[in-house]
Amino acid sequence: MSNYLLRGIGVLAAVGAITVLAFSLPAGGEARGDDGDDVMPRLTHKAWQQECASCHIAYAPSFLPKASWRKIMGGLDQHFGENASLDPATQADILKFLEANAADAGGSRMGRRVMQGIDTQNPPLRITETRWYVHKHDEVPRSAWSRKSVGSASNCAACHRQAEQGVFDEDTVRIPK
Amino acid sequence: MIKRLVLTGVAALAMASAVAAAADTPASLMAHYAQAAGVPVSALSATRGAAFYRTEHAGRNAQAVSCASCHTANPKQAGQTRVGKRIEPLAPAANPQRFTDAAKVEKWFRRNCQDVLLRECSAQEKGDFIAWLAQVK
Repeated sequence: MSNYLLRGIGVLAAVGAITVLAFSLPAGGEARGDDGDDVMPRLTHKAWQQECASCHIAYAPSFLPKASWRKIMGGLDQHFGENASLDPATQADILKFLEANAADAGGSRMGRRVMQGIDTQNPPLRITETRWYVHKHDEVPRSAWSRKSVGSASNCAACHRQAEQGVFDEDTVRIPK
Repeated sequence: MIKRLVLTGVAALAMASAVAAAADTPASLMAHYAQAAGVPVSALSATRGAAFYRTEHAGRNAQAVSCASCHTANPKQAGQTRVGKRIEPLAPAANPQRFTDAAKVEKWFRRNCQDVLLRECSAQEKGDFIAWLAQVK
């Protein structure tokens, strides 16, 4: 009898420990750590990477607040002039991940910087519209944006050569000719 | 208990359909679209498929677009998305991953037909399209 009781307590303790551990880890798992605002926390989420990155890089969730991601994910059939519609289950799965790691989800220095210039009443649809983005890129000559090798401001990897790995620090920037 | 059984069943079904999806081939997809169009597979036309691929339409911004706009004139070559990301070649001869997942094929027909033709594509058009790409050498 007491043997069962002890075993029961053991199981409960183990479940408790695992739960505490699980909640203390950031969603998606973080390998590099958010030690600056130029290196994104390394996030892994299968659908986000697979679906979002089929046309552009999988933009970090901390580039925009939750309200922006809700607007974007709610209008995928008209996604900046293209139909990017998903099945409802995948769409909901990705939105949940984006919300959990958004700029205003807390826990990222990068997110706090982005939030400083956000008009929460009118959440932006484009990362390039945020005051944070504009400020970060104010030294880039206007002519560079229209180069064929760059294509568009949405093409982070044209200049941020390690953008797909979440690395945006200045040492890795090379503006193509 | 019942809930658990149902969940297990759903998981098993999902796995089975994932396995089925992985087993699709250009030939099985052609058979599928021919059946949906109510014609025999022999009625699919590679010539029509090639013309379909190259025909330009007034897209959403009244700018001429075709499949080739992003996938390039040669489907064995890699293309580029509007924001500059690489698109792997469409022809199975250059990219054996193509037309091996029915759900993925349907997803991209749904999206791209709306963007290029401003409507869904018919089963016949989809069948012709694959018939052409499957025989590109």
